[in-house]
Amino acid sequence: MEDQFPIREILHGDGKLVDSAYESKITEKLAKSLFYKMLRARMLDQKCFNLQRQGRIGTYVQYEGQEASQIGSSAALEEGDWLFPTYRDHGAMLTFGYPMQTLLLLWKGRFAGNVAPQGKNIVPPSIPIASQLPQAAGAAIAERKKGTDRVSIVYFGDGATSEGDFHEGINFASVFNAPTIFFNQNNGFAISVPIAKQMKSKTIAQKSQAYDIEGVRIDGNDVFAVYFTTLDAIKKARRGDGPTLIESVTWRYNAHTTTDDASRYRNQEESKKRRETTDPLLRVERFMKAKGWIDDNWIEQQRQGITTEINDAIEAAENYPQAGVDELFDYVFEKPTWNLEEQKRAYLDMKAGVQ
Amino acid sequence: MAISARVETRQMTLVQAVTDALRTMLRERDDVLLLGEDIGKNGGVFRATDGLMDEFGEERVMDTPLAESGIIGSAIGMAINGFRPVAEIQFLGFIYPGLNQIMTHATRMRSRSLGRYSVPMVIRAPYGGGVRAPEIHSDSMEALFTHMPGIKVVVPSTPYDAKGLLISAIEDPDPVLFLEPLRSYRAGRGDVPEGKYSIELGQAATLKEGNDVSIFAWGAMIPKALKAAEKIEQEQGITCDVIDLRTLYPLDKDAISASVQKTGRAVIVHEAQSTGGVSGDIMSVINDTSFLYLRSPIERVTGYDMPVPMFSLEDEYLPNEDRIRHAIKKSVNF
Repeated sequence: MEDQFPIREILHGDGKLVDSAYESKITEKLAKSLFYKMLRARMLDQKCFNLQRQGRIGTYVQYEGQEASQIGSSAALEEGDWLFPTYRDHGAMLTFGYPMQTLLLLWKGRFAGNVAPQGKNIVPPSIPIASQLPQAAGAAIAERKKGTDRVSIVYFGDGATSEGDFHEGINFASVFNAPTIFFNQNNGFAISVPIAKQMKSKTIAQKSQAYDIEGVRIDGNDVFAVYFTTLDAIKKARRGDGPTLIESVTWRYNAHTTTDDASRYRNQEESKKRRETTDPLLRVERFMKAKGWIDDNWIEQQRQGITTEINDAIEAAENYPQAGVDELFDYVFEKPTWNLEEQKRAYLDMKAGVQ
Repeated sequence: MAISARVETRQMTLVQAVTDALRTMLRERDDVLLLGEDIGKNGGVFRATDGLMDEFGEERVMDTPLAESGIIGSAIGMAINGFRPVAEIQFLGFIYPGLNQIMTHATRMRSRSLGRYSVPMVIRAPYGGGVRAPEIHSDSMEALFTHMPGIKVVVPSTPYDAKGLLISAIEDPDPVLFLEPLRSYRAGRGDVPEGKYSIELGQAATLKEGNDVSIFAWGAMIPKALKAAEKIEQEQGITCDVIDLRTLYPLDKDAISASVQKTGRAVIVHEAQSTGGVSGDIMSVINDTSFLYLRSPIERVTGYDMPVPMFSLEDEYLPNEDRIRHAIKKSVNF
């Protein structure tokens, strides 16, 4: 099966193009744009890790190492498309237009952090594994019913492929020819369980065959492979030619979350080595430097701009008005039931010292 | 010139009234669509969607794969993207694979996103026993859902209510679980107005008035409660309010308290298991509003704390007229 689903690579870890067909498609503008978005996502992720250690945000879910998968795929979307993330896909959310400040609010435990701006079809991250897949199929089916060419993309990890909703979601999309891109980030572990114990099949992409949809396996650390593959899948979906399952083989440097200890189940040397060999940012940097498109000075300029943006976002998030009791009671239903009204009144009366 | 509006009515069964409500709303609103297993060509295993695919096409009446989580999950996706899906689950006892979608997404999408997204969907499911169905087909786990914050739970007991309540449920901006008592599907006929009308969710109906005991019930327990009340009135002159709660979340607090404050006694009837049942919440409403009016402990007549048995024993499990009459007498003779 690995022969039938070879890992597609365009840019190798050493910064050299392995698929010359993309020589002309990878413009300076595109390369710089994708690099900048990956750098922005990485710097935010690193900052969030520090913020968590300082107690300024809650438990944080890291994605460092998966930037190519998240940025390459979300950068291929267009305004009006739908993005169904998991709790690890804030790099993709950020790239698709989710405000940095809003993401920080999310990690500060605020419902306001789940509110996508109007016009940005980004759904609150799914916490239960794989449950967002049938929903992404449904949102895409709805677009077809409306007669638009909009698509949905749904993110999930390798562990999600063991869940029933993985199969139900893809089956629905297949049966109804939904314009959905099922974007799997295979980082090798579902918390501590390695993929070999997750499934007997050699690839995730091959599971597409059971649903008679296209499945592709790509180097998830190669932003160009991710971008162009996702773009092709999106174009196909817009044409009405149905869903695609993309297996993006990647690696996450850090633990599952800031509360997890990966050294219990994973060789930490592997991550160190990968920072030099397969890193998604480093390979684009090598590529662009060889082309003479950028130098260290350019990168430093980008870093400074991003640092300012991150600091501004943190300040805005930390000065964001405190959540009121209204946020607690007023959004369960469009119009609160009498139960909620009574509970709210009793709570407020108690706080006000009313006997 | 006086204009008199004459509403045409038709005699129909409860399941026909459900179909009529769905047809009415499919005609009324382009954003309404139906999905579920066997609902299209087959018209549903109980024929609740009979003829609707022919009339409205496969785009609006969708036969889906056999997958409860997929049905409810994809309906959530459609609901946040501008539609009002009505999903059919063939029997309530089959809904369990879909519980995760309801509990972790449908019910909390609005609060999680502070109103940015809402899920205006209806899940329809036949429920309850008394029709000699196989195992699992007769569950009445309504309390699982009244315990879930963010979803309303509605149970009609008459054809008129079924149509009016279902139309309200479809127009509701939030998720609604619409439980259809399958024993009542074809148990009788009633007058149902043509065209669109609605019955506000959260409002009970008083079906019979009396002074001695308040009986609260819903769904297929209503005919039993009425018969028990009539019989005991003939036998012993005890008169009862019989109140069909119709919506189990939110309960009609005013109707419950007004009746108990009049009679001073309450009997609650449901076929679901006793512990953790909706009867506990009705007792709580009575406790909060009418404690000092009570003249005897509140009685409840329910199923027992066990999985609904196979049908050879379901008559022992389900509340019946005798058990309800017994509870009424116990309440009055305390």
